[in-house]
Amino acid sequence: MNELALHLLDIAQNSIRANAQLISILIKEAPNEDQLIFKVDDDGHGMTSEQLEKATNPFYTTQTTRKVGLGLPLLKYNAELTGGSFMLHSETNKGTHLQATFGFHHIDRPFLGDIAGTLLILASNEKQSELIYTHQSPKGEFLFDTREIKQELDGIPLTTPEVRKFLMEMIQGNLEQIQISE
Amino acid sequence: MTKVRSLADLKKLKEEVQSKIKLREKGDHPENLIQIKVSMATCGIASGAKETMNFMIEELDHQGIDALVTQTGCMGFCYAEPTIELTMPGKQPVIYGYVDKQKAQEIIDRHIKMNELVDGIIPVNYKTIDD
Repeated sequence: MNELALHLLDIAQNSIRANAQLISILIKEAPNEDQLIFKVDDDGHGMTSEQLEKATNPFYTTQTTRKVGLGLPLLKYNAELTGGSFMLHSETNKGTHLQATFGFHHIDRPFLGDIAGTLLILASNEKQSELIYTHQSPKGEFLFDTREIKQELDGIPLTTPEVRKFLMEMIQGNLEQIQISE
Repeated sequence: MTKVRSLADLKKLKEEVQSKIKLREKGDHPENLIQIKVSMATCGIASGAKETMNFMIEELDHQGIDALVTQTGCMGFCYAEPTIELTMPGKQPVIYGYVDKQKAQEIIDRHIKMNELVDGIIPVNYKTIDD
């Protein structure tokens, strides 16, 4: 996967599958420290220490539909490829914390991609998990909180075409102002 | 440059949309709606499920067809991603494999609008070799 947005779409679904109420996502662009930080924290059912140990093994998965689980291994590989690091902490019934750090100026660092589209897909998940997305860069910060949006919308579904278009423009517009890399 | 939209703008939009929604609501029970589930796990995402999903949402909206497009987990047909499950009201769900934009267009034009089955259906009884 060559877009961070695709990794985000993939990883955050793990949190949704873990029945998380709230998923906090952070993307921090720090070109001066040569870092791009990607963090996902959830309060889902977490993993046992045994599962945690095997989580980055591509031949381990908790799903029964197939025998491989590539989401985490691919992210880890991509992070380490760019001189970064990968950390995963989890506790049963408390939640999971993931942090991947990329080398910002490394030629193989995935570009950010379509963050707005990804957030909209995640926000309308079937389990009603809430999302807080924070984007930080030296130019500023942008916060997108689905709880705020849902309160404003007062029962109108996020998938309504007009609402979708509006949110897309809102996220894209805000990100354009602070985003540094593509 | 256009103004960046904020939560205050969302309030205005809400009032506009609310009246339109009331009109649509009659047929809003899930069983009366066309439902499309796009398989979106690592395998699907890597094969472009996101483009397929966005295309279907936009195309259905463009053609004025009311449908519920949602994402779902891996259906186990990783070799045929992107996969979608299409449920027409009152019918059994059908699973299509290798759904790129072109295939999605064909499914919308022929299956959804004309109720003809299109090539590329994965049979329900399909099992992997090991099963």
